[in-house]
Amino acid sequence: MNRKNLFILVFLLPAILIMFGVIVYPFIYNIILSFSNMSLRHFRDWRIVGLRQYVKVFSENTFYVVFLKTLIWTFVNVTFHVVIGVFLALLLNRKSLKFKPVFRTLLILPWAIPQVITALTWRSMFNYEYGAINIFIAKYLNMSPVEWLLRPFEAFTACIITNIWLGFPFMMVVALGGLQSIPNELYEAADIDGASAWQKFKNITVPFLRPVMAPAITLGIIWTFNNLNIVWLVSNGGEPSDQTHILVSYVYKAAFNLYRYGYAAALSVVIFFILLVIGIYFLKKTRAVESVY
Amino acid sequence: MDKNRAKKILVDALIYVFLIVFTLVVIYPILNVISISLRPADKLLSTSLRIVPENASLNSYVQLFTRTPFLRWLLNSTLISAVVMLTGVTLASTAGYALSRFRFLGKKAVMIGILITQMFPATMLLLPLYIMLIKLHLLNSYLGVIIIYTSTALPFCVWQMKGYYDTIPVSLEEAAMIDGCNQFQAFYKVVFPLALPALVITALFSFMSAWAEYVVAAQVLQEPELYTLAIGLKQFESSMATEWGLYAAGSLIVSIPAVLLFLFLSRYLISGLTLGSVKG
Repeated sequence: MNRKNLFILVFLLPAILIMFGVIVYPFIYNIILSFSNMSLRHFRDWRIVGLRQYVKVFSENTFYVVFLKTLIWTFVNVTFHVVIGVFLALLLNRKSLKFKPVFRTLLILPWAIPQVITALTWRSMFNYEYGAINIFIAKYLNMSPVEWLLRPFEAFTACIITNIWLGFPFMMVVALGGLQSIPNELYEAADIDGASAWQKFKNITVPFLRPVMAPAITLGIIWTFNNLNIVWLVSNGGEPSDQTHILVSYVYKAAFNLYRYGYAAALSVVIFFILLVIGIYFLKKTRAVESVY
Repeated sequence: MDKNRAKKILVDALIYVFLIVFTLVVIYPILNVISISLRPADKLLSTSLRIVPENASLNSYVQLFTRTPFLRWLLNSTLISAVVMLTGVTLASTAGYALSRFRFLGKKAVMIGILITQMFPATMLLLPLYIMLIKLHLLNSYLGVIIIYTSTALPFCVWQMKGYYDTIPVSLEEAAMIDGCNQFQAFYKVVFPLALPALVITALFSFMSAWAEYVVAAQVLQEPELYTLAIGLKQFESSMATEWGLYAAGSLIVSIPAVLLFLFLSRYLISGLTLGSVKG
């Protein structure tokens, strides 16, 4: 083997290793598991049981309820992320704004703080007696405290509030980048033509922002759909009584708290295909990555 | 003209009001944690909303380092994150280069595969790797979590290194090779230094994916002496009545390096994100 081929091999090896170790092996093994009855009881003597785990997934009512909650979770979160993010970016982009770097740095903080800490901190703030949110509600809004973590709807809302808080800075930063790429002459020309602020926003700002935001929104949807940390830690593993799960937290619980490996693998495959469909739809629609290959 | 001026001042004022309100919402949880970390032990559970509590003390911080295994967790997390960072940078910088420069069978499949991993639900990787760790007797070992962290962080790192290499003209390497470099020298003397911003992001990203990670660590590391920061903090949070101050102090100490790194590198991170995903 000559030197050039050796060089190529040395550099390709990690790529191939990654392909097999991180993508192909887990994926195939996961599919095999999904056709098996593996669990803590049948860990060594597991066997292939065909589609039984899939039948179980689709015949249980919980799957549909949790799926619906996941869709609500994703839709509400991403909508708020984009609306708040773009709104703040528009404010920050105003030319006459003072202290812009200060605002920008402070507003980016939720993205910078480790998610686990964000989740646990918000959980403590939602505490019924001593959490800052109930104290604030009682003191300044004169309302009775909310049982945030003890009731299903309130606990799920608490998870969503936490996730909105941590997710908007990403959209804000992307939108700010998009706004800065809009040539100023366009606005000046519009001014000369006597366009209103709304017309300028609709006809200049939005068309320029759309291609920048589309890939970010696609990523945001996938990340939010898949975000295990927030739901798991804010609701402490789906409390009360497994009423606050989204799909990823539900399958995490099936795998690691209930040791139903075969079932969890089947559910993982189902979730993967749901995400794949959503992902391909948005990638096609937005052409986010077409130029990469 | 006067009317326009008045309108401009009004709009400016409104903008400041909105920005200040959002900024307060963003920093309040942080101030709340700071406040709790400063509460004296007998006032831990208070319903006061004051930022600097009465009789503020650094007691929680002292306790954290003297009476709890926090230092041990800090050491464990630092060690794990550092190894993940090194392997991440090494593998992603080489694999990304191969994907950017060489033509080979299955290259497109690798790129699509990487994209698809981003749609894997966490358990899709976690469960097979976890069962593999059981079979290899790697549960309760640093190596176990290091393998999982590296695996989950790698696809994104490779993707983004590849995207960055794509922006570096091949002609630079060709010139270096005409001047007598071999291909390896052309890589590490010419391309590698130019790719520094991307390497920095890869390093940061791999480090952060391990630094305060909970869901994997909680399954793989069951023995107390192996606990990482996230598991330790979760324990404090669970017994909020007595250890809330410890949680608050600990989470600040864990967040500060993460936040500083992030802010320092956010400029690179954002340009890297767009390069990696859109096109260079």
